[in-house]
Amino acid sequence: MTRTGVLIETGEGKIKETNFGVLTAARGKGGDNEVYALLIDGDAEALKAELCKFGVQKVIAVSLASGDLAASPEAQAGAIAAAAKEYDLKAVMGLASTIGRDLFARMAASLDLPLISDCISVDIDEKSGVKSHFSGKTFATVKVDADLMLCTVRPNAIEAVEAPVDGEVLSFSATVADGAGVKIIERKKGDGGKIDLTEAPVILTGGRAIKSAENFTMLEECAALLGAAVGASRAAVDAGYAPHAMQVGQTGKTVGPKLYLACGVSGAVQHFAGMKTSKVIVGINTDKDAPIFAKSDYGIIGDIFEVIPALTEALK
Amino acid sequence: MKIFVCIKHVPDTAANIKLVGDNGFEDSECKFIVNPYDEYGLEEAVSLVEKEGGEVVVVTVGKGAATATLRSAMAMGAARAIHVQTQGQFLDSTLTAKALKAAMDQDGAADLIFTGKGSVDTEGAQTQYRLAAAMGLPVVNEVSRLTIDGQKATMEKEIGGGEREVLEMPLPGIIGATKGLNEPRYPKFPDIMKAKKKKIQEMAIGDLGIDENAGASQLVKLEAVPERSGAKMLEGSVQEQVAQLIKVLREDEKII
Repeated sequence: MTRTGVLIETGEGKIKETNFGVLTAARGKGGDNEVYALLIDGDAEALKAELCKFGVQKVIAVSLASGDLAASPEAQAGAIAAAAKEYDLKAVMGLASTIGRDLFARMAASLDLPLISDCISVDIDEKSGVKSHFSGKTFATVKVDADLMLCTVRPNAIEAVEAPVDGEVLSFSATVADGAGVKIIERKKGDGGKIDLTEAPVILTGGRAIKSAENFTMLEECAALLGAAVGASRAAVDAGYAPHAMQVGQTGKTVGPKLYLACGVSGAVQHFAGMKTSKVIVGINTDKDAPIFAKSDYGIIGDIFEVIPALTEALK
Repeated sequence: MKIFVCIKHVPDTAANIKLVGDNGFEDSECKFIVNPYDEYGLEEAVSLVEKEGGEVVVVTVGKGAATATLRSAMAMGAARAIHVQTQGQFLDSTLTAKALKAAMDQDGAADLIFTGKGSVDTEGAQTQYRLAAAMGLPVVNEVSRLTIDGQKATMEKEIGGGEREVLEMPLPGIIGATKGLNEPRYPKFPDIMKAKKKKIQEMAIGDLGIDENAGASQLVKLEAVPERSGAKMLEGSVQEQVAQLIKVLREDEKII
């Protein structure tokens, strides 16, 4: 039994769905780990019920004794590290999201502890994790030697399984040393309502064949029915059809959804680097020899301007 | 303005990785390049120095063959290079950071340090943070927009769903660059020729008092990701194929 902490990420006051897979992993192979949820924002009392459904025994509402927690990534990392010490946690895990990657790296660096980044599976007893190396071409098993194991988990990599328990909320006020001076001064909203690509359980990606920025509406419409996010290949981004924030692959986002629909994407190595760990890949392309088919689970040879509307219609 | 750019010598992302033993790969058989994300940091450093004067120094920790990678970086505009030489490709990020710090300390303080947001070989994205902690400097990673105003850097990073965070930090500091920051230049032939004459200062990691095998994390196993054996092609009219797809996703895969 290992007392394991999980940094919970919230969005608009709600727990991001992808946290539940991390909580599932935190319970350990035998499912007997004591799981502490660490909250640095959001209303702990309101979120407790949902966390306990996934085996959380203690919900720690972390605050700062003095200073603005929300504006300082250094203070956030320091506060999580302080909570790990206060509650004698032996492992702390979180999502390999933009925020999680940053906070865990800050924490690992300041505590001078190893960190296994972006794991697709974790073994807390062995203090090891499996992660991608070489742009998704290999899996590396990395083992750490530390009293406190730190790791981040790729969103959607571990399936969430409920294990309801009774839990309680504890408050922890952290005192942290002054950081080197990084301040968040503003958060600029995106186009509103868009699902984060790295969090999305289903992704539809448009490639060069999408032909224009306007044609992405066709993918958006289908995505809405699947609860999916819409991505773009590098070719589509470079052609100006989509912003870089939507790019999947090398120099873009790395994603691992349950379902990945590549729509008019040829399937370059650099594209696979960003989506290879998807559970099911479906390729749709007019060219039967497109590389995408060699590495997909299902293929449809056809024009996306016929297939996608037909899919949208069938899903309605 | 003096700027250090930390670069990594990594296998080309398109290279085939031939695994050797439990945790090694055959590096003599693949092409190596400057880690793609580091190029954004390098381009930013070179254009800052072109505007304001100063010097860009590239620093790497890696095997002897990394010389070629340093030459490529100098062809992009760095004035000189420092090469901390290792025996292996995989170094614990704590040790890489220590080696980078030791090399930079010997060379003298800089106004700014760039790295890439992470490397495409080990995909850890930790070294810049460990370097910052070791040097007592602030760090912001995944920077896609940067403005420098005297002793202050203002940066933007994308945090998902198109949302952006604006951050500020005092300088000197460390910036982990990513796509969006700029468009890295392609070196022209004269730049490549000039780079051959630029100075590379070499030192062994052991001479900096660092044991490259003493890391707290260990790469136990490296294995090829199982390749899909080719798609099951659906058949029939567009409507029939779509109907089949929905059926397998619902009934066999149970994912929608």
